[in-house]
Amino acid sequence: MTPTATTGAWVLRSVRPLGGEPADVVLADGVVRQVAAPGTASVPDGAAVVEGEGHVLLPGLVDLHTHLREPGREDAETVLSGTRAAAAGGFTAVHAMANTSPVADTAGVVEQVWRLGQEAGWVDVHPVGAVTVGLDGERLAELGAMADSKARVRVFSDDGRCVHDPILMRRALEYVKAFDGVVAQHAQEPRLTEGAQMNEGVVSAEIGLAGWPAVAEEAIIARDVLLAEHVGSRLHVCHLSTAGSVEIVRWAKARGIDVTAEVTPHHLVLTDELARGYDPVFKVNPPLRTAKDVEAVREGLADGTIDIVATDHAPHTREDKDCEWGAAAFGMTGLETALSVVQQTMVDTGRMTWADVARVMSTNPARIGRIDGAHGRPVEEGEPANLVLVDPTASRTVDGAAQVTASSNTPFQGTQLPGRVVATFLRGRATVLDGVPVDPTSEVVA
Amino acid sequence: MKHLLSTQDLSKDEAVTVLDTAAQMAATQSREIKKLPTLRGRTVVNLFFEDSTRTRISFETAAKRLSADVINFSAKGSSVSKGESLKDTALTLHAMGADAVVVRHWASGAPHQLAYSGWLGGGDDHVAVLNAGDGTHQHPTQALLDAFTMRRHLVGRVGGAPDDGVGSDLAGVKVAIVGDVLHSRVARSNVHLLRTLGADVELVAPPTLLPVGVETWPCTTSYDLDETLARRQPDAVMMLRVQRERMSGGAGAFFPSPLEYTRRYGLDARRLAMLPSHSIVMHPGPMNRGLEISAEAADSPGSVIVEQVANGVAVRMAALYLLLAGTSAEGSVQ
Repeated sequence: MTPTATTGAWVLRSVRPLGGEPADVVLADGVVRQVAAPGTASVPDGAAVVEGEGHVLLPGLVDLHTHLREPGREDAETVLSGTRAAAAGGFTAVHAMANTSPVADTAGVVEQVWRLGQEAGWVDVHPVGAVTVGLDGERLAELGAMADSKARVRVFSDDGRCVHDPILMRRALEYVKAFDGVVAQHAQEPRLTEGAQMNEGVVSAEIGLAGWPAVAEEAIIARDVLLAEHVGSRLHVCHLSTAGSVEIVRWAKARGIDVTAEVTPHHLVLTDELARGYDPVFKVNPPLRTAKDVEAVREGLADGTIDIVATDHAPHTREDKDCEWGAAAFGMTGLETALSVVQQTMVDTGRMTWADVARVMSTNPARIGRIDGAHGRPVEEGEPANLVLVDPTASRTVDGAAQVTASSNTPFQGTQLPGRVVATFLRGRATVLDGVPVDPTSEVVA
Repeated sequence: MKHLLSTQDLSKDEAVTVLDTAAQMAATQSREIKKLPTLRGRTVVNLFFEDSTRTRISFETAAKRLSADVINFSAKGSSVSKGESLKDTALTLHAMGADAVVVRHWASGAPHQLAYSGWLGGGDDHVAVLNAGDGTHQHPTQALLDAFTMRRHLVGRVGGAPDDGVGSDLAGVKVAIVGDVLHSRVARSNVHLLRTLGADVELVAPPTLLPVGVETWPCTTSYDLDETLARRQPDAVMMLRVQRERMSGGAGAFFPSPLEYTRRYGLDARRLAMLPSHSIVMHPGPMNRGLEISAEAADSPGSVIVEQVANGVAVRMAALYLLLAGTSAEGSVQ
């Protein structure tokens, strides 16, 4: 059978939806047609077969925090290369951060990014709009225009910078209620982090790099949850990284404040000890913290204090990383390693089930981004066929040069990670098969 | 030793070997002909990404006294914002056949990157990297010359060994290091080297100028200079330079005023009188007279500040010799 990638029906044999009992899952016409006991599904004529015994079927992953770099830094990543990498990592939707050049602070720019995503066709691209003009933290961007544009922006963030002015943050939180938006805050008190290079603590003291103290993150989160409570808005906390931040969010949720929080894969596993070799691949913002913080964010993710894992995929050119630590750019890639890191740190350790993974990497981020009509859906008949098939028994050695992303700044270079994305489906079309991205226009031999 | 990047990398034996070699080098410097043929035909590059006339001249003198060819390479500015990258500079130096690179850099870790990136070759082909001060990280030859100076003045007194303390460590020597520890590579280098050599170190500074995390360092800390001088009766007091920019910056200034700093942490005549008579006064230079150290203290009989400069040449000769001519301290030095 040789169905085309765009039109074919699929049978995924003996897969385990959300890690549960094996089932045959039939995809056709862009939706899940049938979920049936193995061998009992009615297979459409011409359907291609994927043998998936032992593989876990999850709703397609949704990243709430991706830097696609286009427009402006196409030398590091483009919408095309970044979304292809996303598909390879098991994603069917990404939220593209606003810190491009020009900044995504107008309807024009967000529509451009949205259109580039449509043309690329690898995942659904949902642009994030800047909160303030030029990310400068001085006056609100035209949030309503972005919300009403074709890009239908619902997530607003100055990520990379913090909306530190308290009255401006209050106004933003209030204003986006008109279109059910959310402000995703990069929590970093700027005065406490001037010149900061890494987590402030034992390691920074010894190796002489300027410190980025935990309090600079925690103070902003504490302020913002109280602001959100006061004005009755919802708040999303980007990439929280410290034990104290987890405590504050836990407290806020217990109080009934409408706050959600994310953690990155790298903050689930890496620590500031890695700075000792001065390799700028480990320079990231917020910085890698201590083992105690790693344990706290794992615990927070397991108990639901932290709602989602988001990659903060931040591709950079070689020259922006092949230099002194102090001169290097902040950020690391993550789209193609995120699921493996979550498996390693949360599933293989017994702290979370695959259903929990679906919750924190698909259902919850889709709900926060208000794209939960199409993404983060249950694996049930009639639902959109946005799915990822994972082989949890596989193992691979990460090689940045071999990744799909245009940049090679992965912090996991040379390390062994569990799990492998076997196939990704976007509205029933295979974007990845046998671990390899499938060009949208190509014919697929199944 | 393949490189000299941090005093943390030095074992006690290695550190004593450097000091003993420096003593041999110092002995040759009182001769009429100071130049030794040891490194004839070898090329030492002074790669300075940050201004430092004193340190550069010291290294240049040391290399020339060992008959090495010396190339001075000044490259100010960051690699990304302007000019050639550190990587390209390193590749260039390697291609030109440098045997050792003495690097001063504003970025902590830059010498480490030069040593381990492969940009300067690897294996038998490697270029020795000598850290001449990187950011707020390390300045190992400064610590070695400080230790050399302390041993020369204090070990005979404390431990009873003759001959400038050759062969000895600094066991039992009490040292106070006073001032801007937070931004000081001199302090970081000294804390580790002095501890390795058996000395007891106390850091004295306003709390704003001690790093978060200092509690894990192998030393004690104090906020009160008078109390430290009275209680510990240090054998050596090392005053750190206070950078003018630490006092500006409005709300971000590290202390209220120069006068207040001098009152609380300056080494003046009154505090000098609190020291035991054998104590030595040290400063890595350049001094802010009247700020962290008064003229009385700087010019006192116990001041070894000028001698530190002279010892710097001997210690740097020793470091270059040990890195380039092999690990044996005997033989060609004589």
